[in-house]
Amino acid sequence: MRSGLLLSAAAGFGLCLAGSALTLAQAPPTAASLRPVESFGTIANQRDRSVALFAEMGKVIQHPRCMNCHPATERPRQTDARRLHQPLVVRGKDGHGAPAMACTTCHGKQNYDPARIPGDGHWALAPASMAWEGKSLAQICEQLKDQNRNGSRDLAGLVKHVTTDTLVLWGWKPGAGREPAPGTPEQFGALMQAWADTGAACPAS
Amino acid sequence: MVSLKVNGTTHSVDVDDDTPLLWAIRDNIGLTGTKFGCGVAQCGACTVYVDGQPVRSCVTPVSAVGDSEITTIEAITGKEAEAVQAAWTARDVPQCGYCQSGQVMSAVALLKENKKPTDRDIDLAMNGNLCRCATYVRIRAAIHDAARALEI
Repeated sequence: MRSGLLLSAAAGFGLCLAGSALTLAQAPPTAASLRPVESFGTIANQRDRSVALFAEMGKVIQHPRCMNCHPATERPRQTDARRLHQPLVVRGKDGHGAPAMACTTCHGKQNYDPARIPGDGHWALAPASMAWEGKSLAQICEQLKDQNRNGSRDLAGLVKHVTTDTLVLWGWKPGAGREPAPGTPEQFGALMQAWADTGAACPAS
Repeated sequence: MVSLKVNGTTHSVDVDDDTPLLWAIRDNIGLTGTKFGCGVAQCGACTVYVDGQPVRSCVTPVSAVGDSEITTIEAITGKEAEAVQAAWTARDVPQCGYCQSGQVMSAVALLKENKKPTDRDIDLAMNGNLCRCATYVRIRAAIHDAARALEI
């Protein structure tokens, strides 16, 4: 009995350590702006330029506005501090939550600032195949290009997704109390187009 | 003026567009079965249906409702609602009762979508409905009772 308790305590402590390591590894970036595409013109090597463009895109991809709903588990996170979503909600069968606790139970078609509830026409979690949480930018890059995991999108489809999908664009208009994703959607779209045009190279690690 | 279809009747209510639906339901239309708990979608006491789907009315501006049909605790009908009501009564589920209209709205919505919910299904459906009397154990048991009653 006593050893069982000790084991539980040890397991709990281990979980705590793992939890804090996770938090440290995923501290949100604080960039507020994006470098313009033209500023990458000084990088002569095309592959290096492509990698640099993706690293700049990473400021958006790894921002809480994007990462919170690309979780590694079935539960999203929320706020700039990326805490677990309260109340407990899960991805569910189609990314829109569990029966009687669909995203639309609380999230409307638009932000509702009086109650600090964000909204969009298709509020949802990214599919599990698009989980970014805990991954390096290199891993996310490969995942983003993998049509088996990215919703069968080619590079043009990816650019279209990030420049026209209302839920992606919400990241720059997140409502009161939430930091917008860095830069503008136009800048991000231009970076991604330039990355695609330069061979869509991924960082080595 | 905003037009709202609540429980089959159209009401014209004199409120601003960003007024929470809950306030219009309670203060303007006078249906007080739906409760105010937290005002920020954390407790579930204000749950109503918008076109049959559970929605927290405290974070839903009246401007977002449009022509949708709103159903409150006063007007839920159907076999799931009857089964939940019977199970709630038999188990004597409520204690103070304040949260219970929200609990019932979520429980009925769950049973409409899932005829045989597991404990996990119930927990996922109901964890957005807080109960300060902690009647959770009876709520879960009563939902299982209602599901069994609906099988017959």
